Amino acid sequence: MAELILRRVLVAIPTIIIVSMLVFALQKLLPGDPALLIAGEERDPKVVEFIREKYHLNDPVPVQYGYWVMNVLTGDFGISLRTDTPVTTLVAQKLPVTIQLAVMAMIIALLVGVPAGILSAVRKGTVTDYVANVVALSGLSIPNFWLGILLIFLVSVQLGWLPASGYVPPSEDLWLSIETMLMPAFVLGTALAATLMRHTRSAMIGILRSDYIRTARAKGLRQNKVVYKHALRNALVPIVTLMTLLFGELLGGAVLTEQIFTIPGFGKLVVDAVFTRDYQVVQGIVLCTAIGFIVMNLFADILYILINPRLRGA
Amino acid sequence: MLKTRLALFTLALLTTSAASAQTLRIGLAEDPDVLDPHRARTYVGRIVFTALCDKLIDISPKLEFVPQLATSWSYNDDQTELTFKLRDGVTFQDGSKFDAEAVKANIERAMTLPDSNRKSELSSVDSVEVVDPQTATIKLKQPDATLLATLSDRAGMMLAPAAFADGKEFSQNPVCSGPYKFVQRVQNDRIELEKYDGYWDAEAFPIEAITYLPITDATVKLANLKAGDIDMLERLAPTDVPSVKGDTSLDFVPVTGLGYGSIRFNTNNGERSKKPAGANKLVRQAFQAAIGRDVIDQVAGNGIFPPAQQPFPPSSPYHSDKFPVTTRDVDKAKALLEEAGEPNPSFELVFGTGSANQQLAELIQAMAAEAGFQITLRATQFAAMQQEMEQGNFDAAMINWSGRVDPDGNIHQFVTCNGNLNDSKYCNEDVDKALNAARLTSDVEKRKALYDQAQTILQQDLPLVYTYYQPWPFVLNKNVTGFEPYPDGMVRLKGMNVE
Repeated sequence: MAELILRRVLVAIPTIIIVSMLVFALQKLLPGDPALLIAGEERDPKVVEFIREKYHLNDPVPVQYGYWVMNVLTGDFGISLRTDTPVTTLVAQKLPVTIQLAVMAMIIALLVGVPAGILSAVRKGTVTDYVANVVALSGLSIPNFWLGILLIFLVSVQLGWLPASGYVPPSEDLWLSIETMLMPAFVLGTALAATLMRHTRSAMIGILRSDYIRTARAKGLRQNKVVYKHALRNALVPIVTLMTLLFGELLGGAVLTEQIFTIPGFGKLVVDAVFTRDYQVVQGIVLCTAIGFIVMNLFADILYILINPRLRGA
Repeated sequence: MLKTRLALFTLALLTTSAASAQTLRIGLAEDPDVLDPHRARTYVGRIVFTALCDKLIDISPKLEFVPQLATSWSYNDDQTELTFKLRDGVTFQDGSKFDAEAVKANIERAMTLPDSNRKSELSSVDSVEVVDPQTATIKLKQPDATLLATLSDRAGMMLAPAAFADGKEFSQNPVCSGPYKFVQRVQNDRIELEKYDGYWDAEAFPIEAITYLPITDATVKLANLKAGDIDMLERLAPTDVPSVKGDTSLDFVPVTGLGYGSIRFNTNNGERSKKPAGANKLVRQAFQAAIGRDVIDQVAGNGIFPPAQQPFPPSSPYHSDKFPVTTRDVDKAKALLEEAGEPNPSFELVFGTGSANQQLAELIQAMAAEAGFQITLRATQFAAMQQEMEQGNFDAAMINWSGRVDPDGNIHQFVTCNGNLNDSKYCNEDVDKALNAARLTSDVEKRKALYDQAQTILQQDLPLVYTYYQPWPFVLNKNVTGFEPYPDGMVRLKGMNVE
């Protein structure tokens, strides 16, 4: 196990370097001059020149990248060109928000997706199955931003049940924090639930057909025991893998959902940073996200081994 | 379990509503930039500074100068020295005393900070002299009629010198002289201020705390107001005007701003200026006759885009009766195109992405098409557009200017030969002469005559076609009282309350 983790971490290092290079290069391909944006409406030529010098914008892109890497290696992730806030502060402010949203969305997805998948697998071909499939399909097809705005109008404006948008830290007011995050988590969660449901369903259907399940039934085991004890445990392997990967994606920030519900997470930050050519922020966040995704991948591998004893020797 | 949760929930509700009774929550259309008045550049940033940092002088709704930190001011005879008498008993939010030394330190910082955005505004200033603790004199290189207006905005904001002393990041913990002091900022989420009890006029500010919440989506911003999650918002989307007017729980308070929307033609900047629309003023005159500014107001603006013919808004004393708004006349436009020998001129109109801009551009395209224009539209991101324009890589661009109190800020840098924002590279000696002269005198009548003189030429040449005056449409919940809109679009909190 330790060897596996070590090997994975070593493989992750070049991945992170390549990702950071790619993102840096892509940002430089964007039209528009960060210095012009920072200098504002007046764009005093002297100020523009000063900004270009200060952030090495006159240097070739590889040199600029070099400056960035040197700083990162000394622990300096730079500052937001737009507001002066250090990138590390921004990450520290936004990461908990993104994690909270990801966890809440995942819980909703799990509570809905897995039971629905099991149910529709067990009752394959019945009305229940069809209904579950149609709901899942709608969950996948309904755009997040549309569902989000609709929910705001219904739940907040019409009914007044939940705050329309924003974010409250759990440390300040736990209950209000959950309330504020409920709608965005629901919007994100339902889309994920649909994916989870489809995967659970197909995994369960495959397993329910297998020989050992037939044996179990022949032994006279009750349906519940067959489904939950024997079938589900094996079906969990792909589901858990999928879940961790989806969670890794969530850690990258949910751009549209965060935008609609004005949640100050990674997604909103990175979009704003791209628009304002705030490249140090984009780099910092992408680095974090890449690390998060790699960690979740590693986590998936470990869980995989824990669930499936046959892999333990490997 | 359920009971405790319910109890907790009720408690949470009670505590939040008790807190919000003292707090004004303002929805902003975007996240402010750096919280340092000498470096900042955004409109929303200025809204925050209005509560955070007092200025030497302020403006009235009629754009007259009124005392704030300075109680009186006067020029010497040849207008090269401007002396301020400072208010007694004023302290910064760190408790330190505001005096002439602080004025000197602030102006000098605004002039010397390498990335100061106030440098060009203060370029006429030579030095600041401390006469006595309550008197400061600004010495000028040459007379500058725009200086008072400059000092009524960010360049005149007074920061606590200790907060910008060596090695301190002012923007991360701004300390100023205004009625509300900085508590915290979470980028893209909120800026919180609380009342500064040592403020010299604290009784006039009943609200205990202010929270600014940037909400970029216009629909969501309005939904928040309707749901009671914010108390007021700035810049309502024109499309939402009818729905807000019909809502009895909301107050709609639009005010005509100092800025304008315009179509800027590339008349002299590189190859692309050689197209008919850039090269021939008759084509631009035809374009002006083909578009209906009243139509723009009604269709794109839902009645909040007052038609503009000149860069100075109606609230400005420099707004001239000599240039009435051109009425739409398609036949006249066709005749002008005939005269120019270009019955079907084509050009590309670029504009910043966004549905409101898109709608406005399509409207202009359709109106001009009736006269024979073939306009292609291209939406591009603002950052890219700015760069293209500077490089002359455009035919015509739809672009706004946020506006300045002094008329100079709305015209000089756009149309003078070496103007910093003159992307058209338009150049006319007589225009330069008149606009430069208008900078040197502060006599309103004389200045107005000079601006009229320049405009007489510009209205013929039309490097810019002004379309509408930028409105600042505010919406407030009925429980917010005492709000008075100003043409500069700032939220002045004096006398405001939340009931």
